[in-house]
Amino acid sequence: MMKPLQLREQFPILDTKVYGKPLVYLDNAATSQRPKSVTEAFVKSCNSANSNLHRAVHKLAIDATDAYENTRRRVQEFLGAAHPEEIVFTSGATAAINLVAYSFGEAFVGEGDEIIVTEAEHHSNIVPWQLLCERKKATLKVLDVDDNGELQIGHLKELITHNTRLMAVTHISNVLGIENPVREIVEICHQSGVPVLVDGAQGAVHRRVNVRDLDCDFYVFSGHKLFAASGTGVLYGKRLLLDAMPPFMGGGEMIETVKFSGSTWAKLPGKFEAGTQNINATPTLVPALDLLEECLGDAELAENQESIKKYIYGFLENHPRITQYGRPADIERKVPLFSFKVEGAHHEDLALILDKMGIALRSGQMCAEPLMDRIGVTGLLRASFAPYNTMEEAEYFTKCLDKAIEMLI
Amino acid sequence: MTKLEERKNKVVEDFSLYDEWLDRYEYLIELGKALEPFPEEKKTEDRLIKGCQSRVWLDADVRDGRLWFTADSDAIITKGIISLLISVYSGLTPEEIAGDDFAFIGEIGLRENLSPTRANGLVSMIETIKEISAEAVSRKLGSRLRSK
Repeated sequence: MMKPLQLREQFPILDTKVYGKPLVYLDNAATSQRPKSVTEAFVKSCNSANSNLHRAVHKLAIDATDAYENTRRRVQEFLGAAHPEEIVFTSGATAAINLVAYSFGEAFVGEGDEIIVTEAEHHSNIVPWQLLCERKKATLKVLDVDDNGELQIGHLKELITHNTRLMAVTHISNVLGIENPVREIVEICHQSGVPVLVDGAQGAVHRRVNVRDLDCDFYVFSGHKLFAASGTGVLYGKRLLLDAMPPFMGGGEMIETVKFSGSTWAKLPGKFEAGTQNINATPTLVPALDLLEECLGDAELAENQESIKKYIYGFLENHPRITQYGRPADIERKVPLFSFKVEGAHHEDLALILDKMGIALRSGQMCAEPLMDRIGVTGLLRASFAPYNTMEEAEYFTKCLDKAIEMLI
Repeated sequence: MTKLEERKNKVVEDFSLYDEWLDRYEYLIELGKALEPFPEEKKTEDRLIKGCQSRVWLDADVRDGRLWFTADSDAIITKGIISLLISVYSGLTPEEIAGDDFAFIGEIGLRENLSPTRANGLVSMIETIKEISAEAVSRKLGSRLRSK
């Protein structure tokens, strides 16, 4: 059992003062902070096991390759994947989605075909599919959300036709903080033979994921949102599909033989890992996932998160000037990530004032312009909490928010 | 001392009264609230300054060889900032504005707001004022050439 204050000791940056005030970091959905174990793993890789991977026979190359491949097995375990070669390292969730959009698209998408996304997606899970559709003269279809931010699952069956090639859906929206019924979506899609990509950029942070339980065909996440170094990312893909997909990028590592008469590709996962990989950052996923699993499994930390969630949710619901978005029928499906608008006060003004009070939060479109259009706003404020945030911080935030509103109105 | 220098000195002086950032924001909010109303029909796409998180509209008229600015924003601090810029530069000749270095912004502690991030549009506001002035200068030169 761990208290949030004990957890905070592992994150030196949380002691920072901004403008002379203690930092209250509530922008965790954009990126989490890094614990000492992660920076130590990075330094260790640089100082004692730095060498290019998979190539040379010398000792350092063996150590670096071991660290990299052990990380792959750790991620496999984290996601509950059947095989290590189903884990492909990328630079982040965005790169992973682009890889699938290109490579799956080359293999399986043609003129007149359809891809389905949802209204609640991050730009990273919209634009790669738009590019694919433009390239292939395919059509992008959109599953809508209701006024509370819930996906209209009832509309999904009507959207699927015999031309549907893939559905891409977020596990947890970065704006709404609602866990989507991914398992149900996969079931519906699979009944029509449609594979599903799940964007886990927020989902992997807040929920234990088992890709075999979900039965999704692709699952992607970014390391930097769950304590690891930036520039780390993961694509999980079912082996059968990944095997059938052509390479995304060409270069070293991804080949079997190279002849001017034609080259052949490496086996999985090498086929999708062209060029020198993120040698030093990738191993930071191991301590990051260790700590994340510890946090998710710790009763005291879970209780703290739950209390903060209920407190902030209630505060926003009951505030006469505030409208919050992302209100699931069942509060269990909400994570401590809150987007809202304040009547009569602009999100940018509020964020600027709160910044000067030491509070870091996000304002604007949050890389989800179509969802902003659906809600009918030019932007929102978002406060997103991590296991190291305390109830004191939550209370300081609501107090400061009220003070900022008072200044503006 | 030129009119421009006088105005800049006054702004720097006003700002020096406030040590605390929140007080400076209060001051900007007041400036924003005091800005003359901007007609709704002028809130068009071509008057919108790109690169701000909030929406900022800027319009310029030329009268008696001088530039007169009007502006608006849906965010009040941003409106305060554009109001401050207008109070310094409106009614000057395009040459005076185009030749200025806008350095006083740094002196009043708005420098940190000058970072060219998407979150803050101060850079875009200044660039737009500069562009409008430069354009007015070249138009003047153009018409002078034509009249010869």
